This record gives sequence, structure tokens and C-alpha cells, in this order.
Amino acid sequence: MTGFLQNTFNGLVSGAFYALLALGLAVIFGMLRVVNFAHGAFYMLGAFGAYVLLTEAGVPFWAALVIMPVGLGLLGMALERAFIHRLTRLDPLYNFLLTFGLTLILQDLVKLRYGVQSSPYATPSALSGTVDFGIFDFPAYRVFILGFALAVCVGVWWVLTRTRIGMVVRAATERPELTRAFGIDVGRWVTPVFGFGIGLAGLAGVLAAPMRAVNPLMGADLIIVVFAVVVIGGLGSIFGSVAAGFGIGLVQAWGEAYLSAFPIVSQTIVFIVMAVVLLWRPAGLFGREEAPA
Amino acid sequence: MRRTVGVAAASAAAMVLVAGCGGGPQSGGDQKLTGDKIVLGVLNDQSGAYSELSGKNSVKAVEMAIADFKAKHGDKAVTKDITVETADHQNKPDIANSKAAEMYDRKGVDLILDVPTSSAALKVADVAKEKKKLYFNIGAATTDLTGKSCNKYTFHYAYDTYMLANGTGKTTTEQIGKNWYILYPNYAFGQDMEKSFSAAITQAGGTVVGKDGAPFPNTSGDYSTFLLKAPTLNPKPQVLGTMQAGAELVNVVKQYNEFKLREKGVGLAVGLMFLTDIHSLTPAALAGTTYTDAWYWNFDAKNREFADRFQKETNARPTFAHAANYSAATQYLEAVQAAGTDDADAVVKNLEGKTVEDVFLRNGKIRAEDHRVVHDAYLAQVKPQSEVSEPWDYVKVLKTIPAAEAFRAPSSDCKM
Repeated sequence: MTGFLQNTFNGLVSGAFYALLALGLAVIFGMLRVVNFAHGAFYMLGAFGAYVLLTEAGVPFWAALVIMPVGLGLLGMALERAFIHRLTRLDPLYNFLLTFGLTLILQDLVKLRYGVQSSPYATPSALSGTVDFGIFDFPAYRVFILGFALAVCVGVWWVLTRTRIGMVVRAATERPELTRAFGIDVGRWVTPVFGFGIGLAGLAGVLAAPMRAVNPLMGADLIIVVFAVVVIGGLGSIFGSVAAGFGIGLVQAWGEAYLSAFPIVSQTIVFIVMAVVLLWRPAGLFGREEAPA
Repeated sequence: MRRTVGVAAASAAAMVLVAGCGGGPQSGGDQKLTGDKIVLGVLNDQSGAYSELSGKNSVKAVEMAIADFKAKHGDKAVTKDITVETADHQNKPDIANSKAAEMYDRKGVDLILDVPTSSAALKVADVAKEKKKLYFNIGAATTDLTGKSCNKYTFHYAYDTYMLANGTGKTTTEQIGKNWYILYPNYAFGQDMEKSFSAAITQAGGTVVGKDGAPFPNTSGDYSTFLLKAPTLNPKPQVLGTMQAGAELVNVVKQYNEFKLREKGVGLAVGLMFLTDIHSLTPAALAGTTYTDAWYWNFDAKNREFADRFQKETNARPTFAHAANYSAATQYLEAVQAAGTDDADAVVKNLEGKTVEDVFLRNGKIRAEDHRVVHDAYLAQVKPQSEVSEPWDYVKVLKTIPAAEAFRAPSSDCKM
């Protein structure tokens, strides 16, 4: 039982990263119809930024947790204005290739300066201990990540459902033409939403720095699972991306713990789930079938 | 949408596949040296996962060897025209294969050095055999290079999976703890390492109480399931042996510390680790960890002198791969000098059975039977942060493993 609880907890912690990344992808896809392949690169930049801030300027983890998402969000907005914006009217393939190319460039720039070896980043000292849950103890940093990610997800949900900005974004996501017809300037919100999605990726990156290897390719592996998460949750569905993120974290952790006799299954379980979900609900768990154009 | 994504992925893959070719023909002569010169080829990973532990700095090490050779022999040197060719094989067997052929055929390379990644290393061994040109492998771990894939022109220089397992598995079992839990990446290298370690541990009187193959590549970067399991096994393991390498090793170690396994009485032993790995994880994260090293830069004055010169060139201390590349280039040049020709068969004849002593090879011997270069190896332990007195001086050598014990006996699989 203790083991099960620990594995569940770990699954949720992994899921927290998936959820934060998938949430960013979902709001971007919803608003811009852009599959942002560069999301993993921005996650990497978040972690690397935290490392550089600490080693070059002595900026601690807590400050990096604010600086990096904001900084990367602004960078994202600049990129949206400079490049992505120009391609949104064309086939989605163009932006997919653009962001893929951007990923390669960002990864190689970091490689050029910092090499491929992972860079060290220590857990902030306030969270380096463990939290005692009675029957088992758990690293304090992981408890923090889970709580923090949940708070961010709830916060985003609150903004989207309870504020005027959120209403505009949701309306523009679901029926962009109709929203425009009501006299709302949808275009104004596109750039900030893109920046916001990128900021979430940067935030996940900073959170990952103390517990994952910080290197130029750290986002490249992860992003594949995150795409699977987004597809499972339903492309563009905000709630779906968060729920699927945590769900896939759990499925992976349980798979590793209880299916270790079948390594082939435990290694591919995410994609098995994706295939099953797509067969059962082609639009994903929480997605809606798109009306034919 | 999904079809679009598929097309995008396919075109992206096509872009990645586009590779360049180059180089002009090289004329051969009838002199003792082909083209009156010697060309050394360094074929390794220059941009990927292994580029820091070897990569471009190994090219520097080879250049140092050439300069030292010229200085030592002066006018008596067999030639003063010694150059280096380099290529990036990106750890891909097919690229290694074509680059090696290009080096031998068109760039006039007499000797190929390094070649990390076992699958790529084995391909190059086949090329060397076919072209009848020399090949000193340094960066790869597979014992097949001196087993079923051995050949007359291939030498395995620095280390192999047997050396790592025998050194770390046996000595750690004897000195630190008998019960092991082994965590390995579930692919050829990891499975090989797990088998070699299990055999060495059992032979030393230890027990493997549990072992798990983690996904490879581990896309989630999470190892907590395995790390949580380790201390709950019965009997409780005293040693966690991890066979992960590079960034995956970094993930395992970070999480090992997060779950405070050392405090729970589970020590850490690492299958394959380079100085650059310790540098990136920091010694504090690894304090007390044992592993087998083929060479350590601060072991004695001789090593240190080389390390100082290397640092002037590169701003880093050498890993064992760097020192081995230096040594291999030196020994090849000396063999050409002694044979008076770069004819591959004559050089092989000079090398076989030779005993060698240099900055990398201690009690070194180039075995004629399987072309394994045997030498002393070292069981190393990462120092606690408080004992680290200068940058890069991260380990202490617990024990020198004599050359005769460090490597396996020649395998019957090897038919030259």
C-alpha cells in the first residue's frame, strides 16, 4: 500500500510537468491553430536560464521562477510577431516546420555555448529535505512541485472561466469568426496568449532544473510524450490537457511499477493509451469533433 | 491535422538525412610511407552526447602526440609530415561506416582513432578489416571488438564492459556491500553491462537481489519507481548499481539524492562514468560513489604533467578517453618509426605482443591473441566536497587493479 501511494505520488509529480507543458500547447493551439513544436526547446531554455542566472549572476531559484517565465513569455511574443504571425493564414504545416526549425536552432545555440554535458543545479535549500506523511516520507521538492503546478493549473482555469480576458480567449478559441462579428478584436489577444503558453513551458523548465538533467536536449525527448498527452486530452481542450497530463503521469508510474515484467508494454504505455483513446474517441477524451468547414 | 503533422515529420526527417560529402583523391607512392606522410584520423562524436568526454579535445590530444613525437625524434623521425583528419560520426553506425571508408580511401588516413558508441565501433572494425588499414578503438565499450568481431587491423585500447564490471562489481562487493540492486537502460549496452556486472558480483560472493531495465530512452526522465523500490527489497541492497550513462545517469543520481537513498543505507556504484559526468553533477551529488576508471589525471606526477599541458590547450582536465587517444597516437607513430614504414601489416607485426609503458598505459601490453590492449585500471571513489581541493580533482583511487586482472582472458570467439 505504501508503495502504491508512493508510485501514485510520483506519477502525479511527472504528470505535473506534462500538465504544465500540455496546458501551454493547448492554449496556443486553441487560439492560433499552431502546433508549437518549439515548446520543448522553451522548456529547456527555462531550465538553462535558471542555471545561467544562478551561476553567472547568483540569482536564486525563487527569483528564476518568476524571471524566466516572464522573460521567455516576452521572447515568445516577439517570435509570434516576427515569424509565426506571418504564417498563420497558410497551411498549419508551415508553422510546424518553422517551430521545428526554431527548436533545432535554439538547441544548437545552447549546445554551442554550454556543450552537451548536463549542467549542475542544486535543489533550493529550503526544499532539500523530506516531508513525513506518516507511513512514508517524500522529497519536499516533489511535494512543492505538485502543489505549485496544481495551483498554476487552477489559476489558469480561474482566469479562463471567471475573467473577461478568459471569456474573450475562450470565445475566440471556439468561434473566432463569430467573436469577431461581435466586435471583439481577436488579433489583439493572439500574441499575449502565445507568450503565455511559452511562459508556462519556461516555468516547467525552471521547476525541472533541480530534479532533471539540464542539457540542450532535455526538451526534445519530453515533448513527444507531451504531444501524446495533448492528443489524448483533445487538441485545444484546456481541461483535457491538464487532466490527460496528470493521468499519463500516473499511467506511466504505475506501468513502470507493476508491469516491469513486460518492459515493452511499460515503455510504450503512453502510446498504447493514445491509440486506444483515438480509436474510441477520435477527438480525444475532452475534445469536440470539429464541424466540417 | 494529423496527416499534416505526419507529412511535416517526414519532411523534417528528410532534411536531417541530407548529409554532405567531400574530399579529393590522394595519390599513393612506392615510398616507405604512402604519400611520404602519415595521416591520423579521429572519427568520433563531435556534437552529441559523447562530444565532451572525447570529441574535439581528443583531436587536440592527438595533435599533442604528434608534436611530442616530432620533438622526440627530430631529424631522425620517419617523416615530419604528420597530419590529422577528423570527422563527426554522430554516433550513427551508417555514418561511421561511410566516414571510415572515406578516410581510408580518399583522405589517405593510415590509422583511425576513437570511435565511441559500440554499434558504430563494430562497423568501423569491418571497414578496417576490408581495407587492411589500422584502427585503434578507444571510445567504445563492447567486448565484441576483441571477441567475435576481432580482426588483424583492429585494436581495442582503453576499456570495455568486462573491465568496468569486473572492477566495480567485484571490488565493490568485496569492500562495500554484498547485496546489489541493478538498474540498467533497456538496450544492448545496458543489458550487456547488467550481465557482466551480475556475473562479477556473483563471482565475488555477492547477490543481485533485484534488477530492472528502465525504458531507453527514458522520455519521462523519471526513475523514482525504481529508486523507491530499491530500499524495500529483501534482503535490503547495500549497493545500487546504475548502468545509465550521460544525461540519464545525471537523472538517476539527482533522484537518488532526492530520495535520500544514501542516508537509507543504499550506496551508489556507477557502471560507466567519465570525469566530465562528475563535473556536471558536482562531486557533492556523487560523494562516495564508486566506479572503475581507465586512467585518472591526478593519479601521479606523470599524469598530472600531461593534464597540465592538456589544460593549457583545452581549458579542461583530460578524461581517460583523451589520455588514451594521446597514448594510442603515440604508440602508433612509434611503431611506424620502429618498422620504418606505414605498411599496415608491418606495423601490426611491430605492435603485437609489445609491452608498453606511457602516460596512459601502465604495465601495458598489446595482446597478440585478440588485440586487447591491457593495462592497469583503477577503482575510484568520488570525494566528499570538503576534500575537493582544486577544480576537476574529484576522485581518489581506492585500488589499482593490475593489468593482468583488469581484463578478461582472450576470448575463444576471436578468430583473427
